[in-house]
Amino acid sequence: MMRHPMWLGAALLGLFGIIGSTLVALTYQGTAERIARNEREAVLRQIHALLPPDSMDNDMLHDTIVVSAPDELGAAQTTVYRARLHGRDMAVVFSPVIAQGYNGAIKLIIAVRADGSLAGVRVLSHRETPGLGDKIDERKSDWVLGFSDKSLDNPPVERWLVKRDGGDFDQFTGATITPRGVVKAVKQTLIYFQQHRDALFAATNAPAATDNGERP
Amino acid sequence: MSQTYTKTLTDGLWNNNQALVALLGLCPMLAVTNTLVNAIGLGMATTLVLVMSNGTVSLIRNLVRPEIRLPVFVLIIASFVTAVELMMNAWFHELYKILGIFIPLIVTNCAIIGRAEAFASRNRLGHSLLDGLAIGIGFSLVLMVLGASRELIGQGTVFADAHLMFGEAARGLTLSLGDDYPGILLAILPPGAFMGLGTLIALKNIIDDRRAERAGQAPADEGLEQAVGNPG
Repeated sequence: MMRHPMWLGAALLGLFGIIGSTLVALTYQGTAERIARNEREAVLRQIHALLPPDSMDNDMLHDTIVVSAPDELGAAQTTVYRARLHGRDMAVVFSPVIAQGYNGAIKLIIAVRADGSLAGVRVLSHRETPGLGDKIDERKSDWVLGFSDKSLDNPPVERWLVKRDGGDFDQFTGATITPRGVVKAVKQTLIYFQQHRDALFAATNAPAATDNGERP
Repeated sequence: MSQTYTKTLTDGLWNNNQALVALLGLCPMLAVTNTLVNAIGLGMATTLVLVMSNGTVSLIRNLVRPEIRLPVFVLIIASFVTAVELMMNAWFHELYKILGIFIPLIVTNCAIIGRAEAFASRNRLGHSLLDGLAIGIGFSLVLMVLGASRELIGQGTVFADAHLMFGEAARGLTLSLGDDYPGILLAILPPGAFMGLGTLIALKNIIDDRRAERAGQAPADEGLEQAVGNPG
């Protein structure tokens, strides 16, 4: 049997590499804009679930700063979206805030009004046990909706605990660690907001991590 | 080439079903089949990749020399999977986020490289495309049966979140046993997936035995065509 030169095989392999990368590059070009739009819309949907669209008139997706407060907010980087109406500061949305659950990180999105009250909390992703800890997901139970309108005065800051720890928030049967983690993360976010309120609203824009910079 | 089209079709759908007989692609199969919609999503993506990779491998089967055969197949499959992943991200964004890592992991579904190696590299284009389609649909059907039954037993619904796949109009397709169904957690958790798959395999074997008895002979050439690679 005739031996084929080795370089032929290598060249053929290289050729297929080029063809494959071309295919991927073309698909990427064809879908990049749509994917960026999807991601933008997904963020907007999350924000509008917490803040009614008529409570703001600015382009929140481009009125953002990125803060790094791993001790308070849990994440290495948190994007802060700012809502303003007629130039007045209305609210900020923190995404993500990371709470420690039973099964690792729980990613939260938290909206805080300018007066320090909560507009709402939602779970972006989690890996809590189905049927037990996953009741923090609003599709499974309305527990997380109970945060609306709460603030550091309501209940008082020392009551920001689950009931088992002597606080005001319900835990779930068979799952205390999950709600304990979420309550703690929300409380710390409120404290962080209280301490940095003016700086958060005043800071100049930085592009959000989730935004690819494409304008609609 | 000796195979007829009918045999290719029945092999892929039943006799050599990759999920029930070859037990390939277990990892994505067990992980995402907790709802019917997830199962359809992964099944469609896998089928699409299978047809495209089988077709391409068949086209180049005389061009590629044996020693670089496998790397070339892997390259082809990885390119198609990445393309499909991007397209799902663009058109089924929510579903894409739920399926997450299991879309890129289609690359590691041994059923795909198994068919490329065992079938497409030895058969003509038409036959290879049909094989990809049959194998893909056979795999998807198992995913769907498993997904639907786990969803029904586990949370008392079938076709929840159908709008993620078929648009807002499909919201009404969801069947539900009612809000007071307690839900059986086990079916949703990984052990439920193994039990469900075991039950399906047992059912298939019972049906095959019955048919063989009726025909008065041993089951026809089942599992003759072993796919390449380890289950994974």
